[in-house]
Amino acid sequence: MSQSNRISGGQIDRKTSLQFTFDGRSYVGHAGDTLASALLANGVRLMGRSFKYHRPRGPLSSGSEEPNALVHLRTGARQEPNTRATVAELFDGLHATSQNAWPSLKFDAMSINDKLNSFLTAGFYYKTFMWPAAFWEKVYEPIIRRAAGLGALTKDEDPDEYDKGFIHCDLLIIGAGPAGLMAALMAGRAGARVVLADEDFRMGGRLNAETFEVGGVAGADWASAVVAELAATPNVRLMNRTTIVGAFDHGIYSAVERVSDHLSVPAAGKPRQTLWRIYSKRAILAGGATERPIAFENNDRPGVMLAGALRAYANRWGVAVGDRVAMFTNNDDGLRTARDLLAKGVDVAAVIDSRQGGDLLPGIRHLQGAQVIDSSGRLGLKSVTVRLADGKTETISCTALGVSGGWNPNVNITSHHRSRPEWRDDIAAFVPGTGGPAGLSSAGAASGAMSTHGALATGQAQALAALADLGFAAKADELPRAEDTPIVISPLWFVHEGKGRAWIDQQNDVTVKDVKLAHQENFIAVEHLKRYTTLGMATDQGKTGNVLGIAIMAELTGQSIPATGTTIYRPPYTPVAMGALAGRSRGKDFKPFRLTPSHQWAAEQGAIFVEVGNWLRTQWVPKAGETTWRQSVDREVLATRRSIGICDVTTLGKIDIQGTDAGAFLDKVYANTFSTLAVGKCRYGLMLREDGIVFDDGTTARMGTHEFVMTTTTANAVTVFRHLEYCRQVLWPDMDVQIISTTEAWAQFSVAGPNARSLLQKIVDQDISDAAFPYMGAGNITIGGLRGRLFRISFSGELAYEIAVPTRYGDAMIRKLMAAGAEFDAIVYGTEALGVMRIEKGHVAGGELNGQSTALNMGLGKMVSKKKDSIGMVLSQREGMNRDEGYRLVGVRPVDPTGSISAGSHFMEIGAPVDLASDGGWLTSKVYSPHLGCDIALGYLKAGDQKIGRKMRAVNFLTKTDTLVEIVSPHFFDPQGERLRG
Amino acid sequence: MANAWKSLTALGQDTAQVVAIGPYQISERFDVALASLAVRRGQNAAFAMAAQTAGVPLPPASSFAAGEVFSAFWVTPEMWFIEADFASHQDITAHLKPLFGDTASITEQTDAWVRFDVAGTGLAALFERLTNIDLVSLPDGFASRTVIEHLGVYLIKRSATEVVLYGPRSSALGLLHALQVTAKSII
Repeated sequence: MSQSNRISGGQIDRKTSLQFTFDGRSYVGHAGDTLASALLANGVRLMGRSFKYHRPRGPLSSGSEEPNALVHLRTGARQEPNTRATVAELFDGLHATSQNAWPSLKFDAMSINDKLNSFLTAGFYYKTFMWPAAFWEKVYEPIIRRAAGLGALTKDEDPDEYDKGFIHCDLLIIGAGPAGLMAALMAGRAGARVVLADEDFRMGGRLNAETFEVGGVAGADWASAVVAELAATPNVRLMNRTTIVGAFDHGIYSAVERVSDHLSVPAAGKPRQTLWRIYSKRAILAGGATERPIAFENNDRPGVMLAGALRAYANRWGVAVGDRVAMFTNNDDGLRTARDLLAKGVDVAAVIDSRQGGDLLPGIRHLQGAQVIDSSGRLGLKSVTVRLADGKTETISCTALGVSGGWNPNVNITSHHRSRPEWRDDIAAFVPGTGGPAGLSSAGAASGAMSTHGALATGQAQALAALADLGFAAKADELPRAEDTPIVISPLWFVHEGKGRAWIDQQNDVTVKDVKLAHQENFIAVEHLKRYTTLGMATDQGKTGNVLGIAIMAELTGQSIPATGTTIYRPPYTPVAMGALAGRSRGKDFKPFRLTPSHQWAAEQGAIFVEVGNWLRTQWVPKAGETTWRQSVDREVLATRRSIGICDVTTLGKIDIQGTDAGAFLDKVYANTFSTLAVGKCRYGLMLREDGIVFDDGTTARMGTHEFVMTTTTANAVTVFRHLEYCRQVLWPDMDVQIISTTEAWAQFSVAGPNARSLLQKIVDQDISDAAFPYMGAGNITIGGLRGRLFRISFSGELAYEIAVPTRYGDAMIRKLMAAGAEFDAIVYGTEALGVMRIEKGHVAGGELNGQSTALNMGLGKMVSKKKDSIGMVLSQREGMNRDEGYRLVGVRPVDPTGSISAGSHFMEIGAPVDLASDGGWLTSKVYSPHLGCDIALGYLKAGDQKIGRKMRAVNFLTKTDTLVEIVSPHFFDPQGERLRG
Repeated sequence: MANAWKSLTALGQDTAQVVAIGPYQISERFDVALASLAVRRGQNAAFAMAAQTAGVPLPPASSFAAGEVFSAFWVTPEMWFIEADFASHQDITAHLKPLFGDTASITEQTDAWVRFDVAGTGLAALFERLTNIDLVSLPDGFASRTVIEHLGVYLIKRSATEVVLYGPRSSALGLLHALQVTAKSII
């Protein structure tokens, strides 16, 4: 079969032949073809199976509204399901396969559903799968999902890239048909920044599919000339292959540009698609209109399509869909198709016109007052049965039938802010209503101006209005001469004759019968109709079926169409690939990493890294001979407690707080007092939320009279800074306080262990003896001449310091520390050892700072000063939060030291039932303590402070463990703090 | 003595890196000292006088101003970032504090940031894929905080062919990666 249906004319490049396959069979098309036009040119009408009944289907349309011709495009990891063949641009080597059919498209076993159609009506699932309830999830749903059909994912990773971007313009024009082109011409010439976007690869809209003249030349040629002028206008940006998929607030529109979809493989470095956010001051919707069918029995056979599509295939792509065609219309536009096809030399068998009267088409058998009542042809149309005006029936042989029930303006984008379209009787269609997105107007067929002249005139008028709003001087030009044929339509929504099924929403297999059933069962509101029948709920959002369904319901209820109402269109206008939404945020590029100053050194040591927020922190540093992480972590803990451990703590948030009110400011944001802190000292601080729950903790040092350095937890660095900004700007704007983050400005290292001072004294230039630099001291120092900072603070329970240098010297600093520490067997420890040591010491961290615990819960109740006002102080006094039986932080260890505690376990009394009522609290953090030689944990236990020494059960349903544990003090290690003060 | 310390650039190298992709040149800058300068409450007049005396420009909102020794860009109400030559102003706060006394809060920011100078023709095509800033319509000297691939950055439009970026130092590699892949996608 070699393009047997190809006829003369069209805008394809016949010199460029493109090889492609469909279901494994090779075909040839031309540049400028879509997959659908190329298949139709090759005589292939059957392109898919329907969603529910697996009915044989061919394309209904020639555009993005297509409900039927959905295919798998490409192969392997690049295979994309549910691609509309009508908009898939043909390229050499294209591979497409049909979907939702087994074992083959021509013989699909699941078409048994079609035989069972009387059972599978609307509401079938709701009525049938009610019982037993447990079957729904495990039996019914899996079966239905397997049977229901759209395309399948390969589950291979998409090898292509997707991008995003931001575009700014004065005027966004959506659609490059005659209205859009005219608007762009006006605005471009006036000097406005214009974006003209069109989903098609060729701009011109319907002018490419019609034989009209514009300005004395063929419409398509006029469009080409305008596009050429616009392309040469620097302030105009032409974006073909770009669909505006959504309207959002403040003139923002989202657009998907299919950068490489027309290629077999994207060029190196190029994305497949780009998701654009377009910021516009004004926008014009010139998205044209979509033809709608008339429902009649068996109106879904391959070969039955919209009349305008039949015309487009002939005029634009040089394809006669059938060797003998017929037309079924209720309006004059259907007659136009018959004329065009006849002019192309196509055999037009008859025009079945539901209207009576008027002029008969010359040279064509024009059957007025007639209706198509049925069709035949299992895998493709063979004939239609017609009820003639005199009541007789006639079977007309044809392989294609064009159906025209009128045109629906594409109002979708105007509804994205909930504006409801308004009905116009004169064109029997909905047009954009009021209350659409601010700054958006509509022109051309999208606004109900259905002629070419109307499109040009409204395009110009809306552009002038937008330009005037934006302050651009522009005058109306004389419009090019164009047809101005009025709409002559006598609505016919469905053919009442026949007992079979007449299809409305072909993608979701919704029929006239379904609408009747919905009416019979009182689902008559449009929103109910939609959900009961699934009308308009497919990926095409009912572009060809919605109005039909509403009109049929209106007829059944006796209400008018506007009184029946419409559902609301939502973004996206057409389906958007998940890849486009993700953009570059996938895999390793999902988020940027933050590297610590010692990262390079740690990597050289073979450190294992862990993600902590965006940071990559050293988790542990394995040494030769260590085969498990526990061996490394135990060694790091013991080495630190024995001599020295060094840890990169740059990740802790650091906030510089200055100003004459800085101390008073800290008194307000911290639960404890800081205004009395001496210069050169630091203090542990507890920060509460307004509701009295602990927000964050850390130390803050006073570096000068009006200068503090606050540290936060790594996790809350940003949120604490944001909180302080809020306090400074909103709560207390009169305070003299300035804040700025310095987290990344300083490379900071914790040096902990009995020999910490000895090590540091080797490298710092000042005396840091206990007398000169006591516990909780802080100050500026120099290290071999380099300015730095030193803080004597400890979270490990050891004698410890944190030493900081400008970040560029961080790598040198870790090397210097390790070199100086060699004589002490200093080691670097990671976050795991850090966690072990803080739990041994009883310090709260992530598991305890859980957003639902108070200072009292943590055993830190006395830190909440009542002598001053601070955020959270008042609400922390609430009775319910201060009950004696409330949660208290406790330590936990297994009664059998060789036993294991499971993190997340809940406390149960011995002998009590294991249920929610007996739940006494939970384990928040658990580690193995090499120092104590057993598992230890922290936890919140009801009245825990009164249960020290008690034995309880730690029960975990997830790990199915039940361990006898002893409640102990949370301070497992050096409870008197003698080591850290040493 | 501090010169005995070996420093690493934000990209982890001994020297600043330069990457050329098509018409774009991305140059890491390692020779600029940076500090925040914020007015203390009630000190506006004295602060402005001190700035004038010291030759520290105080550009209006969303803009950058070059000076002889110190240049500045606005970052938030009553706060600027001050640039100076690193070789002569390594401890930039020590230089600025005497000039402003108690009229200002000054904090070193030099190593909190990685700076990339991005130069070339067609920068708008590059940056429209990176940030929502409208590089085409904004004037030379425009400065703003914005976001590139989840990273908060300061962007300064020096001219149509030169943009300065300050991004978080710890994510220098990530920021450069974003610039590189985007540049490659449009050449």
